[in-house]
Amino acid sequence: MAKKVNSLKYEFIKGLWVENPVLISLLGLCPTLAVTVSAVNGLAMGLATTFVLTSSSIIISLIRKFIPHQVRIASYIVIIATFVTVADRFLAAWFPPISKELGPYIPLIVVNCLILGRQEAFSSKNNSGRAILDALGMGSGFILVLVALGGVREILGSGAFFGFTILGDWFNPWMVMILPPGAFLTLGFFVAGVNWLNERRAAQ
Amino acid sequence: MNTSAKMIIVLTLIAILSGAVLSSWDKVTQPRIAAFRQMELEKAIAEVLPPNDSVTVKNTENFTFYVGHAEDKPAFVALQAIGSGFQGKIVMMAGLNIDFSEITGLKILEQVETPGLGTKIVTDPSRKENPTWFTDQFKSLIIQPEITYVKNAKPSKDSEIEAITGATISSVAVVNILNDTFQKARAEFAGKAQE
Repeated sequence: MAKKVNSLKYEFIKGLWVENPVLISLLGLCPTLAVTVSAVNGLAMGLATTFVLTSSSIIISLIRKFIPHQVRIASYIVIIATFVTVADRFLAAWFPPISKELGPYIPLIVVNCLILGRQEAFSSKNNSGRAILDALGMGSGFILVLVALGGVREILGSGAFFGFTILGDWFNPWMVMILPPGAFLTLGFFVAGVNWLNERRAAQ
Repeated sequence: MNTSAKMIIVLTLIAILSGAVLSSWDKVTQPRIAAFRQMELEKAIAEVLPPNDSVTVKNTENFTFYVGHAEDKPAFVALQAIGSGFQGKIVMMAGLNIDFSEITGLKILEQVETPGLGTKIVTDPSRKENPTWFTDQFKSLIIQPEITYVKNAKPSKDSEIEAITGATISSVAVVNILNDTFQKARAEFAGKAQE
């Protein structure tokens, strides 16, 4: 059976919509739900995750032929954890306020199944070029959703966007949006919207 | 080469490389992180103490005291108060007169209270004219024999504060942590001073 080879362009753009990690695969929901109280938090978390995803994908696709099958998960985790620690220390040294805000969620990127999932499903089977495109695509898809989710919750929950107040005094913030239920509500509407759009497309 | 040996070699190599990367990265970032922590600490101390000439550090068994001097005499003392809030730790920096009678300032450094309710102990957006009214109440508050609180009423005594409506647990937690800490710290500070 011949394996279908996707175009390089597809390897990148699939992460944005068709195989979006959050909206379609529902991967990496823990940070998605927990940190998206504001757009800036979503952006920082998205960038940190993309950095870890891309760096680990490069390394793992390069050494994939040397890693014995039995210890592959252990090797992946060590590599991922290394990059997570690098990202965590980077934020703490250069962006202390963001690092404080995101707290334990940066170290928790280690166990984000989006990252391990991409290594297992993609980087361990493809060359570095494709692995980089795949990681950047998935990372961008992740960033887009986190910023959108954080943006919606910040606007409705605090009347601001990226820290700038945009709704005037008349606006009474929906406190629930920056509490955990707001995360589930917003994500639920996002996923429902995507499914509705995709079904409508398929019907046409 | 058999598989077990290969497994061990590959994992060891990965771990060694990872350790090398992390230790060199730590050398780059550590000074910046330490400098930032120190800056934050000094900023918090300056915020809770009245103007003073110099601050010296004094360590006792359980506390670190930052003693502010005025006119060549110890006049104020700042210390950290840590305890349980509604769902996690509340860390505060409190400034006091040297005789532990009156609070000169209070700043909340860390908290994980409920957003929109318990977080009003830091800033209360519903009071636009003074969002930090809760911690401001502690300024010039008498702490002997202990700090007390009232609900839905203006404080009537010099050692009383008004709890936040809808965030009573967080407000009371702050009061309890302070009472507890001041009592222990007072004994320790005095004890070491006599030595």
